Amino acid sequence: MQMKIFWAFFKVGMLGYGGGPASIPLVHKEVVDTYEWMTDEEFQDSLAIANVLPGPIITKLAGYIGFVKKGWLGMLNAVLAAILPTIILMIALLKLFAEFKDLDWVQGMSHGVIPVVGVMLIILTYEFLEKAKAKTTWRFIILFTILSFLLLAVLDIHPAIVILVIVAFSLFRKEGRI
Amino acid sequence: MIYLQIFIAFFIPGVLGYGGGPSSIPLVEEEVVQNYGWMTSQEFAEVLAFGNALPGPIATKMAGYIGFEVGGIFGSVVAVGATVLPSLMLMVFLAGVLYKMKGTKKFETLTTLIRPVIAILLGVIAFDFFAGSFVESGTVHTVILMAASFVMLKKFNIHPALVIVFGLVYGAILL
Repeated sequence: MQMKIFWAFFKVGMLGYGGGPASIPLVHKEVVDTYEWMTDEEFQDSLAIANVLPGPIITKLAGYIGFVKKGWLGMLNAVLAAILPTIILMIALLKLFAEFKDLDWVQGMSHGVIPVVGVMLIILTYEFLEKAKAKTTWRFIILFTILSFLLLAVLDIHPAIVILVIVAFSLFRKEGRI
Repeated sequence: MIYLQIFIAFFIPGVLGYGGGPSSIPLVEEEVVQNYGWMTSQEFAEVLAFGNALPGPIATKMAGYIGFEVGGIFGSVVAVGATVLPSLMLMVFLAGVLYKMKGTKKFETLTTLIRPVIAILLGVIAFDFFAGSFVESGTVHTVILMAASFVMLKKFNIHPALVIVFGLVYGAILL
């Protein structure tokens, strides 16, 4: 069983691109279709619970499913299978890259990649705004985004403070509309 | 106490990053580049580039690598633990309670309001990257790289790992 848990989440970690949220269908495939550890409904419930909480999504799902199936060891096994291989690859690649950094063409590589990463972040920015928009109006999103910009970029308030205020506001106010 | 600092730097994104791992990118940047100065903006961009070129969750790759750079293997373990464990423990212990709350309006409001905040933070980092690139690589190369990667990603749906490779190769030859 532990071998199966390891193999299932190893595949999730090694085949998913675009960060954790993009790998959710891979978890579904392993857990519901391949190994039948959960029904589709149980999986959707676990996903909904994971979405209520902050932090990376794949480790929450892997850890929770591993825990439900095989206790603490199952949890550790599932999480490590999902994250450890790519962490090791990441350290190895960046170390190799740093090793040759004084070469001109390697310098060029590190410069060339920056606008590309910038574009990826802009696309991610748009996706975050679009997802927020799904629950409210563009008008509200634009106003709220301008307000966030003033607080975070102009007044340079730590994002943790802004987010904590939002958490407090959302959890303690009476039910209603935004 | 470097390990305590590493813990705090990754604990904050771990408990405040709503919307999965990618939302922790700007929160990690805030701590690692702005607050503790462990990395320059350029180095952080390289971490994101390799992070996007490799498979798997992004938050743990960032934590694992940055923790390792700052504090060796133990630093890496601390950073990954601080990223993963708080929300995972909440999930394991509070699954029953959370199950009742999942559909409520409160959480919908929460995520709807936090997403624009994350979006602004991401946008500001992207802007920093572009500004740095205009200085380092010049206007022409920066605009070509921006336009080409945007078209590849959005119009032709080319795999992000390949688009990163394109940026690396373009830079190796022309920059």
